[in-house]
Amino acid sequence: MQELTITSGRMNPGIDPVLHAWGWEIPVYLFLGGLAAGLLFFSAYFYLKGKENTFVTAVKTAPMFVPVILGIGLGALFLDLSHKLYFWRLYTTIRLESPMSWGAWTLMFIFPLSVLWSATFLKDVFPSWECKIPFVARFIEWLKKKRTWMAYGLILFSAVLGMYTGILLSAFNARPFWNTSILGPLFLISGFSTGAAFILLMSKDEEERKMFSRIDMVLIVIELFLIVHLFMGFLASTQVHVEAAQLFLGGPYTAVFWTFVAGLGLVVPLLAEFMEFRGVHIPVKIPALLVLLGGLILRFIVVDAGQSSRWLYKFMQ
Amino acid sequence: MARYAMAIDTKRCVGCSDCVAACQTENNVPIGFCRDWIVEEMHGQYPTLDLEIRSERCNHCADSPCVRSCPTGASHYADGGIVLVTPEECIGCKACIVSCPYDARYVHPEGYVDKCTFCIHRVKEGKDPACVSVCPTHAFIFGDLEDTNSEISKVLRTRKNKTLIPEAGTEPHIFYLI
Ligand code: SF4
Ligand code: SF4
Repeated sequence: MQELTITSGRMNPGIDPVLHAWGWEIPVYLFLGGLAAGLLFFSAYFYLKGKENTFVTAVKTAPMFVPVILGIGLGALFLDLSHKLYFWRLYTTIRLESPMSWGAWTLMFIFPLSVLWSATFLKDVFPSWECKIPFVARFIEWLKKKRTWMAYGLILFSAVLGMYTGILLSAFNARPFWNTSILGPLFLISGFSTGAAFILLMSKDEEERKMFSRIDMVLIVIELFLIVHLFMGFLASTQVHVEAAQLFLGGPYTAVFWTFVAGLGLVVPLLAEFMEFRGVHIPVKIPALLVLLGGLILRFIVVDAGQSSRWLYKFMQ
Repeated sequence: MARYAMAIDTKRCVGCSDCVAACQTENNVPIGFCRDWIVEEMHGQYPTLDLEIRSERCNHCADSPCVRSCPTGASHYADGGIVLVTPEECIGCKACIVSCPYDARYVHPEGYVDKCTFCIHRVKEGKDPACVSVCPTHAFIFGDLEDTNSEISKVLRTRKNKTLIPEAGTEPHIFYLI
């Protein structure tokens, strides 16, 4: 028998009885970061492949949304800070050991880059738009010549951003459920998959939809594989990690995770896309929406579950 | 360079919580929060029950995940390996809170992150931390591990001792004499 109690009555708000340092803001930030990473990656990749006129939505239209998505994501991060007036301190140092730091810097690079990138496509997306300021118009013309370079930059930064959304969590040893190297690739792939779903939602072009449907299917299969891998890893690890996995294998997160994330967010869209592929007509918007929703819920659950898996004071829960 | 640490005698501690109250007064800890706390752990089967009482707090780890995860450098190592937060540099991102396997930190109502400071303001004056000096059973020994003749160095050589969850890999510097 082993029995623990805190007899001095510790009840620090936000820490006890269950750690709740991060609320909705961080999962939203991670979701939007992953989505933006996916959109930028596909845009840059297919641009470099010379598909800008085949996959118009992916290459030209989707990037228009990215600065807004990133803006909202950064807004959510800002709302999470409890000492907001000192926000600028993030940008007075770079601390490579701290994912929070290099992530914030990555966003600092990718945000303006995404603005410039989408500016070069403004004329294509809104043909009637005319830039009234000659200086800006000339600048955009100049930028257009640099698209190849920008695309390479975007591919690099979008991969870093996508990975970062997972590494931010997996860097924490203290939370057994986050402490797995799978989280980086899982969030990267999930982010790209939500990106593909977003493009699917908007695209009106048959060929483009087929392409992104196929991409999404591959990404979902990888994601499912990573999820299985994640749990196998935990179960083969130390006691605290086994306990963390059990939160999802019979514990409080079992129903939400397997129904909404694995079932409705991955398996159902995968089947729907597969059937569509086989000629059964299913409105593509349904699997796309499910993937987006599943991605969002995944982040909520992972952020939450990590905080309820701790080393000490488990008896307080 | 000093390396401050604390040894707490679980055979002496009676769990009176005087250290908790002393800390709250000394450091103006806001109502409803605490930087140290008492844990009672019961082991074994009746009639051979074994009770261990521990006064717990930030472990002033030598390999602190809280310092590593801080994006601004607000969490840092001060003199003698004491881990501190500079309020004017803290943005309140809470990365350090989730990074601490001992759950020793909290958000101060003013927004920055707060925790045990080993009473560095007292230590600099050559005094013991408030919890150490107030303990009625003298269960605490505070001192410098670099000095091999210090009381704490001696007691750690002679008495059996342990740290909490060393497997979390943070090199904690609160030792429990058992
Ligand atoms: S106990 Fe927690 S807050 Fe204290 S130094 Fe170690 S990791 Fe940091
Ligand atoms: S909450 Fe403050 S001390 Fe903690 S990691 Fe963030 S900036 Fe650093």
